[in-house]
Amino acid sequence: MDPELIDGANAGFVMVCAFLVLLMIPGLAFFYGGMSRSKNVLNMIMMSFSAIAIVSVLWVLYGYSLAFGTDRNGLIGFSSGLLGLTDLTDNAVFGAVEAGADGVVNTYLLPDMIFAGFQLMFAALTVALISGAVADRMKFGAWMAFVVLWASVVYFPVAHWVFAFGVAEEGGEAAGFANGFFAADTGGWIVNRLGALDLAGGTAVHINAGAAALALVLVLGRRRGFRKEPMRPHNLPFVMLGAGLLWFGWFGFNVGSTLGATAYSGLVLMNTQVATAAAVLGWLAIEKLRDGHMTSLGAASGAVAGLVAITPACGFVNAYGAIAIGLLSGIACAFAVTLKNRLGYDDALDVVGVHLVGGMVGTLMIGVVGDSTHTLTDSLFFGGSLGLLGTQAIAAFAVLAYSFAVTFVIALLLKAVMGIRVADEEEITGIDQMTHAETAYEIGGGITGGGSATPPVTRPSSVEVSS
Amino acid sequence: MRLVTGVIKPFKLEDVKTALESFGVHGLTVSEVQGFGRQRGHTEVYRGAEYTVAFVPKVKIEVLVDDADALDIVEVIAKAAQTGSIGDGKVWSMPVDEVVRVRTGERGVEAL
Repeated sequence: MDPELIDGANAGFVMVCAFLVLLMIPGLAFFYGGMSRSKNVLNMIMMSFSAIAIVSVLWVLYGYSLAFGTDRNGLIGFSSGLLGLTDLTDNAVFGAVEAGADGVVNTYLLPDMIFAGFQLMFAALTVALISGAVADRMKFGAWMAFVVLWASVVYFPVAHWVFAFGVAEEGGEAAGFANGFFAADTGGWIVNRLGALDLAGGTAVHINAGAAALALVLVLGRRRGFRKEPMRPHNLPFVMLGAGLLWFGWFGFNVGSTLGATAYSGLVLMNTQVATAAAVLGWLAIEKLRDGHMTSLGAASGAVAGLVAITPACGFVNAYGAIAIGLLSGIACAFAVTLKNRLGYDDALDVVGVHLVGGMVGTLMIGVVGDSTHTLTDSLFFGGSLGLLGTQAIAAFAVLAYSFAVTFVIALLLKAVMGIRVADEEEITGIDQMTHAETAYEIGGGITGGGSATPPVTRPSSVEVSS
Repeated sequence: MRLVTGVIKPFKLEDVKTALESFGVHGLTVSEVQGFGRQRGHTEVYRGAEYTVAFVPKVKIEVLVDDADALDIVEVIAKAAQTGSIGDGKVWSMPVDEVVRVRTGERGVEAL
């Protein structure tokens, strides 16, 4: 294709958005690291960093080909020319789409390599999200193997289902988001054939990671002392810092998913912001009523819950819808994080309670408060139809079921082959020290460390020593 | 000589230090400690889960004094540290056999 068709402003914007999404991963590392106990904070951060390292290599080698290669029955992609991204170096361009007001569809051209880089960050982030559930007890080697397997057999196919929108041939049958543009007979089955709405990955990222987290902790088992010992966050300022970085980077995630800098991108920006704000308020309100205190951890958690819930919906609702989704997700997730204590599964840092539940809220709520200007299909409040809600539910539960089932098998396999849990001694002593041979903090090493207290210089003779 | 020890609320440390200085005390040792008395611990809430923190942070001050001053200094500390609410702490004194000033080798009351 002709490189002159590339829109530089849109291409540059999406490239910067890729960097923002990358920044979410160290943000997540601090968000999780601050919530873990001090003996495991480095391990927590390393799980996110290792996800970036492993997934980046896999993506370039074959991940992009599986997710965005030639569609195979809507279930997976594959193009041998995309292995190693070989065919992308030739100024190939990707047709980006904007579903504007009144169903007017604008298309932009985006260098395929930029799109591939943007989507790489999504893949790395999604895997890293799971790590919060397994805090304090998973073998690091098993985690790395898990990242390889999970990205390959769960994330890459599901990303194809949701993100590989096939563009209709002239005169071809069309369906889905931006009716009249996406093909009904090619591309990922959720976005094209089913026509479910998920702008930035409520299903492929959050429901996917949350369901995987649940399956993984069921095989891994509970932390020693779960529900008996206090396991309080060791550094709440880290949690706030991480939540702030996530919030910032999330604009790359959501707004970048419009694949351009357009008026439509502005809608996504504002919906992302206001939903997140409403979720903070919702979570804090529940805390005040239930526990009597509005906590900083609650504010950080509410922000992430809101960001998760608005992720699929950010381009399909108006401001009222965004506020409703934010409030509902803050409230729902504030209750959902206490379920683990009642039901007994040890989702250490609440990946299920925030990402699975928040992702479900956002994905389903599109069918309730989706603004027909943007959804181009009637939702419950805009036209009174249950059809869109049903479509959204099929997408959400399909991803949930696939991710849960396949992750469960992966976890059992790793448990049988290499073991996935650290030894008791290591769990008590701390994974930082025993696996990584490091500790995060020097405790009490201030003025007494450093060997002999004898001063290295002799006292100047001019000073009188009284006796 | 006697060692007067007080375990007090951290925010009262400045008051106690000022009171001791105006009494004429030349030095004291301060450490951050944890413990509980009748106040017991306190509860913290993380994502809806309540944790009981058994040990409350306190400040321990230690002053070496002459026998004659010991009771007065116990009073000074107790008065300066008092808020009237639970968890104010305790002050006690106990005998000391020997004191040496490291710099000079002075012993006993001379070393105070």
